[in-house]
Amino acid sequence: MPDLEARKVIELGYGGSERLVMNMGPQHPSAHGVFRMILTLEGETIAAMDSVIGYLHRCHEKLGETLTYAQYPSIASKTDYVAAMTSELAYVLAAENIGKIEVPKRAQHLRVLVAELQRIASHCLWLGTWCLDMGGALGGGATVFLYCFRERENVLDLFESLTGARLLYGFHQVGGTRYDLPEGWAQRCRDTMTVIDRRLDEYEDMLETNTAFQVRSQGVGVVSRELAQEVGIAGPLLRGSGVDFDIRRDDPYSSYGDFDFRIPVETAGDCYARYRVRMQEFRESSKIVRQVLDGLPEGPISSKPALKSVGQVRIPKGEGYARVEGPRGEVGCYLIADGGPKPYRMKWRGASFSNLAILPHIVPGHKVADVVAIMGSVDPVFGEVDR
Amino acid sequence: MRDVIAAFILLNAVVLIVTYLTYVERKFAARMQSRIGPYRVGRPHGWLQPIADAIKLLIKEDIIPALADRPVYNLAPIVFLIPSLLIFATIPFAPGLGLADLNIGILFFLAVSSLEIVGLFMAGWGSNNKYALLSVMRAVNQIISYEVPFVLTALIPVVLAGSLQLSAIVEAQRGLWFVAYPVIGQLAFVAFIVATIASENRVPFDILEAESELVAGFRVEYSGMKFALIQLAEYTHMFGVSCLGTLLFLGGWLGPGSAHPGWGAVWFLLKALFIFLLVTWVRWSFVRIRVDQILGLSWKVLLPATLILLMATGFWVAWSSGHVA
Repeated sequence: MPDLEARKVIELGYGGSERLVMNMGPQHPSAHGVFRMILTLEGETIAAMDSVIGYLHRCHEKLGETLTYAQYPSIASKTDYVAAMTSELAYVLAAENIGKIEVPKRAQHLRVLVAELQRIASHCLWLGTWCLDMGGALGGGATVFLYCFRERENVLDLFESLTGARLLYGFHQVGGTRYDLPEGWAQRCRDTMTVIDRRLDEYEDMLETNTAFQVRSQGVGVVSRELAQEVGIAGPLLRGSGVDFDIRRDDPYSSYGDFDFRIPVETAGDCYARYRVRMQEFRESSKIVRQVLDGLPEGPISSKPALKSVGQVRIPKGEGYARVEGPRGEVGCYLIADGGPKPYRMKWRGASFSNLAILPHIVPGHKVADVVAIMGSVDPVFGEVDR
Repeated sequence: MRDVIAAFILLNAVVLIVTYLTYVERKFAARMQSRIGPYRVGRPHGWLQPIADAIKLLIKEDIIPALADRPVYNLAPIVFLIPSLLIFATIPFAPGLGLADLNIGILFFLAVSSLEIVGLFMAGWGSNNKYALLSVMRAVNQIISYEVPFVLTALIPVVLAGSLQLSAIVEAQRGLWFVAYPVIGQLAFVAFIVATIASENRVPFDILEAESELVAGFRVEYSGMKFALIQLAEYTHMFGVSCLGTLLFLGGWLGPGSAHPGWGAVWFLLKALFIFLLVTWVRWSFVRIRVDQILGLSWKVLLPATLILLMATGFWVAWSSGHVA
């Protein structure tokens, strides 16, 4: 086990110098929301880092107690607003686990479909903002950012025609999904996947042959396998450090077992490895989306009747936990039901929250410029950190 | 009196050109990023946008931080701008079309343009802001590191032409532009472009602005017209260095019909625009590199390379003129 305490403040042998304490955030272009880093600098090098969160706290878990099972999925999407489908799915899966509610096969496949599309949209945002962090809003980073937004836009258009919303969907409901695919949607989705696959090749050509990009990401922010497991990071970060773990394969939910996909793992543990993992996940996601569209079973989309009133769904007394693999890692929802239309208690396990805990371990010793590169490669969403 | 009028005209022409360079850059970047760019202000294609920006910045509130070092803070934009404008005094746009064609023109250019760092440091120091302080620390590092290879690359055409006078350097390129000289010319031009980007503080060397780390670096506290002056100074410097590149490597005003000063100036501006767009192209396709990597590139790669190149040029010139057997 690595000595975690010792890593917080490192001695740099920089005798006689003054240390500068600098605040980065909560209002900062690269804060990815509202995150405050208190950096202790020796020249350009970071000697220690402290992080302050909570600027976006909205009492989500208390809110969950006051809203019914029919209402909350639309609010769940506001925890991780970049990957809204994921948290909705975790919530309804937890409720279904308690109530032992069957979900029709078609609905299960639709859930996989939107989850993977969401992963693509979310990773588009990650790539764009990460390059923006490294390259600046007035440089090459902005170019990648706008390219990524062009692709993300396509996916959001698909979501818009599916659910009527572009960011916060309310697609899931207890027992299935709320909407079915509209006419011609499947073909549009296939076309979009073709475009995205082609654009991914372009990105890789553009970035991986770019020396400036390589020197900024390779060997920066290395997370060892032991440290990754010790701190409890999840998702692409964990797989970038050589831990082969993905809930979709190791604890399948919503018939992920029906599909054939690979879990990309890289061993270097630096920003570049995390980049490689996510780039490969892009491709795997588009592969899964195609498989879902090819073999989508006919049938009902929900085992429950369509929602007419907010108190319609009741879950029997019990406790349940569900976890899903979101774009940022494990998203978990823990519910205690008391038999009524609302849960008695709820708790979120946000992937960004636990991923953020890695920062004080890896940031010291790097330069100021690397902080934003590391931060971008962690890809936190503060709606999910603070909830 | 005549000189004063000429200087006045030149000053305004340069400021106008520089204002529109921002527009060119925004349109160019927009094309690269599959956008349209400024479109709303002025038809066609939003051509009044730079004017609108200037008016907006003029009428904005001027904010001075409470703990700023006021004289230094207020003077900095001016100190930053003046060297950038002064460099145009010695640039010949066409035969006879320039303020002062000094016989040490290039020396004057290099000396004055490196004064910029003073204004920059004043801006960062006077702001009394930690981001600004870090930014000027980087700036001093970077500009001193890149001034050396920049001067060395600029010396290569001087050696080839055998003169420090900018118009004489252009005349020496009448047969063959220096960029077209086999091997030496191309390598020197590439080194010049790299050093140019670094001295202009543009991506991938824009660590002093570094808006994703240091928010806006040394100008983080500036607003309104002072911000506009700093911005103007940066673009003026950029245009000045593009002009220098044109004079040193691309044959200045030489081109079809360049005997007439009007055509000469057109050729000159087109070539300067080419260099400007080359730098812009690099800017919008690279990510920023880190301060230690920038210094490493300067001292470990660029400096030895330009030194060797300069020596090779010297030997070649000496050999071809028969001084070395």
